[in-house]
Amino acid sequence: MSELKMKILELLKEDARRTAELIATMLDVTAAEVKQAIAEMEQDHVIVKYATVANWSKVDDEKVTALIEVQITPERGRGFEGIAERIYLYPEVKSVYLMSGAYDLLVEVEGKNLKEVASFVSNRLSPIDAVLSTKTFFILKKYKQDGIIFEEHEVDQRLPISP
Amino acid sequence: MIKDEERSMNATVRRASMADYLAPGARSMKPSGIRRFFDLAAGRKDIITLGVGEPDFVTPWHVREACVYALEMGKTQYTSNAGMPELREEIGNYLYNQFDVAYDPAQEILVTVGGSEAIDLALRALITPGDEILVPEPCYISYSPITSLSGGVPVGIETFAEDHFKLKAESLKAAITPRSKVLIVCYPSNPTGGIMTYEDWLPIAKVIEENDLIVISDEIYAELTYGTKHVSLASMPGMKDRTILVSGFSKAFAMTGWRMGYACAHPELISAMLKIHQYTIMCAPIMGQVAALEALRNGKDEKDRMVEAYNQRRRLIVHGFREIGLECHEPQGAFYAFPSIKSTGLSSEQFSTRLLNEANVAAVPGDVFGMGGEGHLRCSYATSVNQLTEAIERIGRFVDKLKAE
Ligand SMILES: Cc1ncc(COP(=O)(O)O)c(C=O)c1O
Repeated sequence: MSELKMKILELLKEDARRTAELIATMLDVTAAEVKQAIAEMEQDHVIVKYATVANWSKVDDEKVTALIEVQITPERGRGFEGIAERIYLYPEVKSVYLMSGAYDLLVEVEGKNLKEVASFVSNRLSPIDAVLSTKTFFILKKYKQDGIIFEEHEVDQRLPISP
Repeated sequence: MIKDEERSMNATVRRASMADYLAPGARSMKPSGIRRFFDLAAGRKDIITLGVGEPDFVTPWHVREACVYALEMGKTQYTSNAGMPELREEIGNYLYNQFDVAYDPAQEILVTVGGSEAIDLALRALITPGDEILVPEPCYISYSPITSLSGGVPVGIETFAEDHFKLKAESLKAAITPRSKVLIVCYPSNPTGGIMTYEDWLPIAKVIEENDLIVISDEIYAELTYGTKHVSLASMPGMKDRTILVSGFSKAFAMTGWRMGYACAHPELISAMLKIHQYTIMCAPIMGQVAALEALRNGKDEKDRMVEAYNQRRRLIVHGFREIGLECHEPQGAFYAFPSIKSTGLSSEQFSTRLLNEANVAAVPGDVFGMGGEGHLRCSYATSVNQLTEAIERIGRFVDKLKAE
């Protein structure tokens, strides 16, 4: 990927609401070039979506997130793909990773409460034929996610005027 | 407890007032213009400040962590007066690799408490009362007062926006008298963001040599250049022995609070400065030295990341000022823009004060930086993109309002 696209991506990653004009000024290129690059990245699915990083713990109806280690028997010919797909299509599944090490898939599941997540694991995940075992870990607090520190406030401790 | 009346009866002050005790240098010294404006800005809520002369980044974590670890290991002693040998070694390597100047860590490098102390030591080591010290202006606010404090006579040399605030050989020559001894230069410049290229330095170096001057070259912003690489005056032909290179960790590594700097020069000059340093300061704090060592060894990536961020904001602020209709030369170093507000008809002082009161934006009036600063505003872009865009909008509205008056 071009260096320009890389830089645009970094600036959008920091703040997806930045306009093409602002980015163009920051990178010393034209707004048209920025728009073109963004369009291409959207087309190529480099930019998949513009989303908001929310700190859900500050929202009243708090959500419960669990990470589940899943051991599976791979399918002949398709390996892990088919089962991964069966799992990631559930809307309560937020992410699925194929892992090296002691288990195969790491599945992130989000629910309204503990019961909901537990019932997903016992009624949906575990009964899948290829699933050998699951281990569920509930997330108690998020400190940092996707490089963003949750509790970090932008307090400027500098004197308003200095040499 | 002594009551107030008794206290005053017991008092033995024989001079007319306390001020009579003060040394003339301390008595006549004016408070800095920055301080004056600081008092105005302090205590205000919701201001966006472009007045800050320090990075908005916190010192990179690996640097802080190295210091914490050293403290845990009990590193709390004095170091050798000139600074930890391995730090001096690393400074030497760094300067050689980055800026093409070779200094012997054993004899030519002195670790100081900030670049500030290095400048003070250099002046104290050099000045005989009455010597004239040449200072291109607008410049960092400390040069003239500490020159005066050492008994020197500061002589300003005006530089101009149309020359991108570069020092010109003709103006330097014109300011030289038989009493001229030292030239203080600072590029990249606080407050203008001006830089000097190899070609810019050549004629200056010639004048320096012809007139047998010593130069204090404050290169504290050397790493912060955009599009061009910093040229150290000490790396110019014939200049190394005439130059005291002063630098530090405050700006490039976001380490202002650590108070770490250094001076590099001819062994005889360093040894004179070392004597003053050892009797006044003993040595720079070991915590700062440990952190500085880590910054030099492993700080390149973080430094590059910060420089890239400054560069993006620099473009934003310069573009912003021009859109508003304020002339702004393109700063190529440090993290300051120095736009002209002459078109508004206000003085720097009037503009800054009204901007603060009516638009809640703090920027330093240019006149505090000496000759050539009047009619300008120093705006630091070491602040977040959101704050910068908001500041530009507010300044824009303020300038529109001025036009309508
Ligand atoms: C040009 C210049 N020199 C020196 C200093 C002092 O730096 P230090 O923190 O290393 O004492 C500053 C700080 O603002 C500066 O702008």
